[in-house]
Amino acid sequence: MKVLVAVKRVIDYNVKVRVKADQSDVDLANVKMALNPFCEIAVEEAVRLKEKGIAEEVVVVSIGPKAVQEQMRTAMALGADRGIHVETDDLPDSLAVAKLLKGVVEKEQPQLIILGKQAIDSDNNQTGQMLGALTGMPQGTFASKVDVDSNTVSVTREVDGGLQTVKLQLPAIVTTDLRLNEPRYASLPNIMKAKRKPLDTLTPDDLGVAVKRTVKVLKVEAPAERSAGVKVADVAELVEKLKNEAKVI
Amino acid sequence: MSILVIAEHNNSELNPATLKTLSAAQAIGGDIDVLVAGDGCQAVAEEASKIGGVNKVLCASNAAYGHFLAENLGTLVAELGKGYSHILAPATTTGKNFMPRVAALLDVAQVSDIIAVESADTFKRPIYAGNAIATVQSEDAIKVITVRATAFDAVSAEGGSASVETVDAAHASDKSEFVGEELAQSERPELTAARVVISGGRGMQNGENFHLLEKVADKLGAAVGASRAAVDAGFVPNDYQVGQTGKIVAPELYIAVGISGAIQHLAGMKDSKVIVAINKDEEAPIFQVADYGLVADLFEVLPQLDQSL
Ligand SMILES: Cc1cc2nc3c(=O)[nH]c(=O)nc-3n(C[C@H](O)[C@H](O)[C@H](O)COP(=O)(O)OP(=O)(O)OC[C@H]3O[C@@H](n4cnc5c(N)ncnc54)[C@H](O)[C@@H]3O)c2cc1C
Ligand SMILES: Nc1ncnc2c1ncn2[C@@H]1O[C@H](COP(=O)(O)O)[C@@H](O)[C@H]1O
Repeated sequence: MKVLVAVKRVIDYNVKVRVKADQSDVDLANVKMALNPFCEIAVEEAVRLKEKGIAEEVVVVSIGPKAVQEQMRTAMALGADRGIHVETDDLPDSLAVAKLLKGVVEKEQPQLIILGKQAIDSDNNQTGQMLGALTGMPQGTFASKVDVDSNTVSVTREVDGGLQTVKLQLPAIVTTDLRLNEPRYASLPNIMKAKRKPLDTLTPDDLGVAVKRTVKVLKVEAPAERSAGVKVADVAELVEKLKNEAKVI
Repeated sequence: MSILVIAEHNNSELNPATLKTLSAAQAIGGDIDVLVAGDGCQAVAEEASKIGGVNKVLCASNAAYGHFLAENLGTLVAELGKGYSHILAPATTTGKNFMPRVAALLDVAQVSDIIAVESADTFKRPIYAGNAIATVQSEDAIKVITVRATAFDAVSAEGGSASVETVDAAHASDKSEFVGEELAQSERPELTAARVVISGGRGMQNGENFHLLEKVADKLGAAVGASRAAVDAGFVPNDYQVGQTGKIVAPELYIAVGISGAIQHLAGMKDSKVIVAINKDEEAPIFQVADYGLVADLFEVLPQLDQSL
């Protein structure tokens, strides 16, 4: 079985972004970039399927400018076998990404496609579900457990009320939640090995997809700042303040 | 303008997030229809018909929709939604699951998690874990939107008398099947709807110690939440997680106990009205957003708090 994993290059999760003074966007100049944490979990899950002998090949795909190859190499250092880079300098929205991924799915015919549940920059949480609709495949989103059988996959999903389990016919789409696994660290030899793994480049044209955006960003602002309040000396003062000053208890 | 709001419910009652989504719909303006899709959900449709300002309720009751599977619900909503200018659903795990399928089937983008309506095509939404707020304008003919419930006041559940129309369409995918669920049973208020939330972090050390929080929660009528670290460590189940990638809460009072205040946690609670932080490290970033900070050992503080309430 072939597993396709979609990975996105995003700002490192430890970095607190700042908004540009002209409010056109956030400032990403000289900011540390990384593999989206949910995509890292997706790669780890695929590699574990390979280690268990369920998957034969793990292919990573990323859409974006040349720089995304850095994160694709990271994914290969974690164990993915090869990469497909769909190169574009336009910033595709989730629908365009899903259309491009559909093109890759048609070429590669994977049985399982794993994505992150959410990119931590746009916080969209859309792409896997959109790819499901476009390909007609079933989806198991926000997965905390994935069990692959010969023709089906059982996915335990983290939902607001607790956990839900669904059974999907393959080929299927899974999006990862935080508890699915704990990604490994890439070892130095594996980082070296990853540099020689095959990485093909395609364009949106090759896939017959026009990258367009129908949602325009008019403005990006900093959120209202909360000012730090006061320190209280003890529980008695805290309770007194909550009762008489804040009047919330 | 005509708006279709997808009700969130459990086949027996409406989830309050629906009333807040309706408030966003009213801010857009226009005729508002509500879709109640589920299995044996007629009582919910009746309940929805009484909400003020609702034009019409569509009730699609079929086994295919009983567990709100995205494949089935997505197809239904895309089909019914074609004639509307806007389709709205709460940004719950159910809404997040099926709405992007609706958008893709209609070949339009989705605007996720809006916190304000500027005009019929312009909305505000948080990005980068709430560290920036984007104002976005959609050119799509049908706007598919999920709504962050905490950012809107609920509309009144009464005062309406909409007609209820039955929808017969049954979309049952044979590719996806519900197997089972483990839903949390709790006497306490639901996290996203509670007036007071008390959350524990890694500082709680283990799941047993959450009893210390629960005692205080019971006195305050509070819901109990947690940081990711506490969930990952297995102290409490996943549905307790508050944050960028967990639940968004904005109660009157939020008490963070043994939580450092990582940006991903703050993203889920910093719109609370009053924030209290209890942490033994006075440098913990949580104090930068707390109205009242208590630098102390939580194992001493929690029993005292329980006593004094
Ligand atoms: C992709 C991604 C998504 C994430 N999503 C979320 C999310 O949705 N929600 C979320 O919460 N996190 C999320 N995180 C994790 C986040 O980055 C932090 O790791 C997490 O919030 C830390 O949890 P914590 O504050 O409980 O633990 P820590 O950071 O370890 O803090 C524990 C705190 O407890 C205090 N403490 C310890 N003992 C005591 C004591 N006896 N008395 C008083 N204080 C004590 C310590 O001083 C410390 O400040 C996410 C991370 C990533 C990468
Ligand atoms: N540009 C991209 N290239 C590859 N995968 C992507 C891209 N954008 C989003 N994805 C995938 O879709 C997931 C969810 O992203 P989003 O819907 O944007 O929140 C990510 O975790 C990735 O797996």
